[in-house]
Amino acid sequence: MSDEKMDIKTEKAPRPQDQTSVFVKRKRTFTLALLGVAVLFAVSAAVTEYDVIGGFESIPRAVSWMAQHFIPDAKAWSRLPYILSKLVETALMSVAVTVCAGICAFFFSLFGTKTTKTDPLIARIVRIVAAFFRNVPDVVWAMLLLFSFGQNILTGFFALFFSTFGMLTRTFIETIDEVSASCVEALYATGATSLQTVFHGVIPSSLPEIISWILYMIETNIRSSTLIGILTATGIGYLFDLYYKRMDYSSASLVVISIVILVIAIEILSNKIRKVIM
Amino acid sequence: MSELDIAGGLPISLDISKYMRKTRGGKIKTATKSKSDFAIKMTIFVLLTLTVYGFATFDYKNIDMARAAIGTWNNVKVLFGQPRLTYSTWGATLHALLVTFFLGALATIFGAIIAFFGALLCARNIANPYVASMTKSFVAFIRAVPTILWVLIFTVAAGLGSVAAVIGLTFHSAGYLIKAYAEAIEEVEEGTIEALKACGAGFWQIVFQAIVPSSISRMTAWTFLRFEINFTNALAVGAAAGVGGIGFDLYMAGNHYFDLRELGFITYVVVAAVIFLEMIATRIKATVR
Repeated sequence: MSDEKMDIKTEKAPRPQDQTSVFVKRKRTFTLALLGVAVLFAVSAAVTEYDVIGGFESIPRAVSWMAQHFIPDAKAWSRLPYILSKLVETALMSVAVTVCAGICAFFFSLFGTKTTKTDPLIARIVRIVAAFFRNVPDVVWAMLLLFSFGQNILTGFFALFFSTFGMLTRTFIETIDEVSASCVEALYATGATSLQTVFHGVIPSSLPEIISWILYMIETNIRSSTLIGILTATGIGYLFDLYYKRMDYSSASLVVISIVILVIAIEILSNKIRKVIM
Repeated sequence: MSELDIAGGLPISLDISKYMRKTRGGKIKTATKSKSDFAIKMTIFVLLTLTVYGFATFDYKNIDMARAAIGTWNNVKVLFGQPRLTYSTWGATLHALLVTFFLGALATIFGAIIAFFGALLCARNIANPYVASMTKSFVAFIRAVPTILWVLIFTVAAGLGSVAAVIGLTFHSAGYLIKAYAEAIEEVEEGTIEALKACGAGFWQIVFQAIVPSSISRMTAWTFLRFEINFTNALAVGAAAGVGGIGFDLYMAGNHYFDLRELGFITYVVVAAVIFLEMIATRIKATVR
């Protein structure tokens, strides 16, 4: 037995004071955090004129209202084929947007990663461009495009395209840097060119992650396109808005139900795919 | 074929060709067929087919693409090149920005509180499996309804205003954070929980002495990430449902006054705010981890 071990054995146990101080400290941090949140809440409620009691009261009212009016009736069911056609259109648009933005973002992100050894200046420009497209909200793009494209499916398409492109470029850069670093290094060591490295190293190793992100963005874009649809009067969002403003709540509820089923179906499907490919 | 004689005299044959897979033509196989490869190829094929089919069936209403594109380019130049306030003032714009900011904050606070308890119900390592799967499907339903629809539904019950916006935003925040928090809780080491159980700790003692201390940093990071999303969502909801904040100003500038310069000014304010939030979130993530 070494001396060191003996030392540990004979060392005094920590004094109880120190042990309680951990709990006291934890309690203090907890109280401070709670206080901070409470202050933030009070300020937020004051600035936004949020009625706290009214807010809680509105929930049961909304639920009972939904139970009475938000149920599809016979008239709503007769509109189902039209609703479904708009839903399919919106879903196809979300897929098309995400795939196009994904392909563009992938090629664009190749210039932004460290793995392809592009000029650091180019990489920086790529990142700034991606940040620009990511941070300008899709609502702004929708407003802007509405001026020239009008109430057209392309308005929503490009609005979602720009924000999806920005978001995916950043994600792909991170993914490629993370996933393919080791195999890229190995390929460079064998004397492979940049292009060879991309096709034999970067693409095969990062493809599962990239597909997973694209599937996630399709799901997100279906939800976003509802909102963009309300703003630009296209697709399923417009249909909901139309029924909603006519106070035809039962038809509006059928629109919501069909969106929910579609989103959940896509979520389940993407999870299945993810399980196989990852 | 190589035969090596090792000290003991045992001949070991190293027949590399035994480990090599070859094609029928005799070439060495460098890739193997696997289920995941097939799934990746199928997914790409289906997505591309849907994209092509989509482009072929969209109703473009005979739009003149070239004119629209040139028009948009000119508008972009005006929007980002000549921002100016005409209908609103600096003070009003900043106030609207703060309203959107705090709408997002309120939704995040409510969402985080609900999500904390929701996550306890559906984290695999502490919850009852039946309750967990029920909560998870309920949450999946909540998340599937777009935020804007929740806001519009609550507008009928609570009237147009911050209540509808906050509650509508809360639904999705809670759904998102429940999933994130549950994952954070599932990362807590089984041993810690078991040790406390062995000491006779009750459920809430386990929660506050084992789960919260070891997952709070992840939870904080997720909460700030959600706050960023909620800010953008509050903006979007303000525009589409007319519940106020800078999103509503954006909508008015674009759809009522048709004033690109004002739209540009508001866009700059919004982008500055978003970048500022992102910087804070990155800093918090760095300190938390």
